[in-house]
Amino acid sequence: MGLFVALVLLMSGANPPAQAQHFGAETFTLANGLQVVVLPNHRVQAVTQMVWYKTGAADDPRGKSGIAHFLEHLMFKGTEAYPPGEFTTQIAQIGGRDNAFTGADYTAYHETVARDRLGLVMRLEADRMTGLRLNDAVVLPERDVILEERRTRVDNDPAALLREQLMATLFQNGSYRIPTIGWEAEIRRLGTADALAFYRDWYAPNNAILIVAGDVETAEVRRLAEAEFGKLAARPVPARLRLDEPPHHAAIRIEMKHLRVAQPSWRRLYVAPSYRAGETKHAYALQVLAELLGGGTVSRLYTSLVLKDGLALSASADYGATALGLTAFAVHATPKAGVAVADLEAAIDAQLRRIVEEGVDADEVSRAQRRMRAASVYAQDSLTGPPNIVGAALAVGQSLAEIAAWPDRIGAVTPAEIDEAARAVLVERNSATGILLPERTS
Amino acid sequence: MNLLNRNRVNRNLVNRHARMVLAMLFVAALSTVAGSARAATLPIQQVTGASGIEAWLVEDHSLPIVTLRFAFAGGAALDAPGKEGTAAMTAALLDEGAGPHDGIAFHRQLDELAVELSFTAGHDEFNGSLRVLKLNLAPTAELLRLALMEPHFAAEPIERIRADTIAMLARQERNPRSLAGRLWMRDAFEHHPYGKNAAGSAATVAAVAHADFAGFASRQFQRSRLVIGAVGAVTAGELSALVDQVFGTLPQGDPPGDQPRRQTGGADVVISQANPPERGALIVSRTAVPQSAVTFGQAGPKRDDPDWYAALVLNEILGGGGFRGRLMKEIREKRGLAYGVSTELVPYRHAGLILGSVATENGRVAESIGLIRQEWQRMREEGPTEAELRDAQTYLTGSFPLGLDSTRRIAGLLVRMQVDRLGVDYLDRRAGLIGAVTLEEARAVARRLFDPTRLSFAVVGDPANLQPTRPAQDAPN
Repeated sequence: MGLFVALVLLMSGANPPAQAQHFGAETFTLANGLQVVVLPNHRVQAVTQMVWYKTGAADDPRGKSGIAHFLEHLMFKGTEAYPPGEFTTQIAQIGGRDNAFTGADYTAYHETVARDRLGLVMRLEADRMTGLRLNDAVVLPERDVILEERRTRVDNDPAALLREQLMATLFQNGSYRIPTIGWEAEIRRLGTADALAFYRDWYAPNNAILIVAGDVETAEVRRLAEAEFGKLAARPVPARLRLDEPPHHAAIRIEMKHLRVAQPSWRRLYVAPSYRAGETKHAYALQVLAELLGGGTVSRLYTSLVLKDGLALSASADYGATALGLTAFAVHATPKAGVAVADLEAAIDAQLRRIVEEGVDADEVSRAQRRMRAASVYAQDSLTGPPNIVGAALAVGQSLAEIAAWPDRIGAVTPAEIDEAARAVLVERNSATGILLPERTS
Repeated sequence: MNLLNRNRVNRNLVNRHARMVLAMLFVAALSTVAGSARAATLPIQQVTGASGIEAWLVEDHSLPIVTLRFAFAGGAALDAPGKEGTAAMTAALLDEGAGPHDGIAFHRQLDELAVELSFTAGHDEFNGSLRVLKLNLAPTAELLRLALMEPHFAAEPIERIRADTIAMLARQERNPRSLAGRLWMRDAFEHHPYGKNAAGSAATVAAVAHADFAGFASRQFQRSRLVIGAVGAVTAGELSALVDQVFGTLPQGDPPGDQPRRQTGGADVVISQANPPERGALIVSRTAVPQSAVTFGQAGPKRDDPDWYAALVLNEILGGGGFRGRLMKEIREKRGLAYGVSTELVPYRHAGLILGSVATENGRVAESIGLIRQEWQRMREEGPTEAELRDAQTYLTGSFPLGLDSTRRIAGLLVRMQVDRLGVDYLDRRAGLIGAVTLEEARAVARRLFDPTRLSFAVVGDPANLQPTRPAQDAPN
């Protein structure tokens, strides 16, 4: 499932009308360039504030992989106004929750508090947008934390190691080759000066988006945002560079055997356009393709490989268009015990070839579209879902109008457009296949 | 989820409490004394259908969505010896064909109606969850009724789910974190169903057959064991009709108050009280990974323990989520020994635990374990400070309603409140119960609760400088 925006739409099982309504986003921009978005949600007397910086791991300088993510951790280490630990203490003392995350194209910080505490969390975020203070005493233990994080997420898990290597192999030059958390050897060499340099380059009001979701009015958000963020000065920020792929001349295969692997798994990535890079006209069609091919238990891959042929335990497809650079269309399956990976792969290839040669049929397209539209209604059923969707899309340069039109754009995709997108993307030489196998002890 | 999202990296793992506990729509300011101390109140309606079945309801018409969650008392702990995994596989099989629909047709119907339907089996309860667009509520209710009353348990899905379960168990066994948790539980509850994996083992899953699933469904799906929570765009009248339609034909079942019984082959028995051992252990399962995963814990309060709220506050101070817990400060903030460390109260129906986890590189994991023991001892001897107590009480009171932001979370809370017999006025009382814990009481409970001699560790990895008290057995299912 790609990213979608939450919309109110009425639908019935038989035939959902394509009636969509903007979910009420209001926006304005401060004089210093900070874009502010308000997402009213009066079901909860709480607010979620998110500050999204338009920079992420794909902006890590060469040889400094992991620095965007490292800085995200260090943003909690204090400013002149608030000593280390104070940020989290202040929020916890009002029962609030806070956290942050880093992606390839963005870095986001968020707090959820009672609605009358919005001013406080705005003050804290505005303060650290320009006021961070770092020294080795807080930076170096945090680097150890990140190495432990890398071990937990990647190094202790063979499947994660293979996924990391597969991305690095698929992209010969593209910006998402390098893992967000960074390569271990490079993380070990990151220091205070690197973090501060990245901070000075990218953290500025004109390179950020402030989103406030919850029980608030736009006028109040404007007053508070001007008071807290309005005093910060705009600064020039670098252009975000996302690298192109050279033509691929050969499909790539990698195979990994590992003692900790219980059963084989198979995964293939194809270089694919996003909303912002490559043949962007395919971005919506590819989302529908991923859904009908590998979304849930009624998809083509699941019904054929798992239910009909009994070759696989699982089979799915995965594509997200919300990215600045070229991204990947993924297909994944695990064979049933006793089924050779080669036989599973042949069956998947047959399915993919069928899509490319014979095309999709109108009925499966409309069923996939209906699922995706329902998902856009369910996505409204939380406080934090909508600001996450909107923030990620805005951070890669989507407009609010495009976000609001998502269900209509998905609903308007035709079978012919899906066929064209499949022929453009499911091309063998643009793929990398990763096979994970158990190591047999002798 | 797309590839780049999977690559998102958080500052902190999602708080484990969030998974167990729940959230709220309406947050009312109770008092201004503590600034942001708030009581969470929900307008809960107790709805009774013509069949006599009761459901708790929070109406919210702001979205065209209805969420229904329910639980039957009695879960995987009832699985017969040698047939562990029965309850869990039953849960996976209910939507694989029922009534007039075979499995493919059933899934096709769920898809047409854009329904999210799932069943899960824990040790103590069997749970169902349904989220549906309001307009599709009536046909969806019929599908849910069929799943509960007329499931097929046909041969093809049984073999498919069996294969899937066995593969999942093999993955768990090779995942250091889940293996550490399994080893800890097996060691603590060697002679009790809680020591078994609720999903079963490869051997027991292979032994379960059609009659076991059908038997579980007919024995356990009873009105007397059922609680229901509903949230969303549904009125009391609509809900009572819905409840009658879905659950009205279930058998009445045992007299209220009777405990579910476990089929042992001989006489059926009720699940007994489970007591973790008096002596703490350190068990190590050696495997070649760079980081050792650790589960640690000891006996704790059950949900109806009079010390529950004091223990809840103490747990927050020692190992609560976020960054204020003592363990997080000592292990992550000061020394960079781990990405995360936390503890939680785990209240089973027949046992209480305080359980935590941490992961540290092999060369330094002994240091993390030493610090956990040290903080356990310090909490026992000194208890919390007055400021820690106050901060934890404020946090637990203030953060609770902020998490209740979806129909699923609120419906989950309604079910939990009924399972735990907290009373329909619980949300009005919760802040008072937490706020009433005094420093004296907290210190007394800390002295009783935290006992380093009973604290056990299960370690999976290749740790340096650790002497196990006994070796870990293999194949811990």
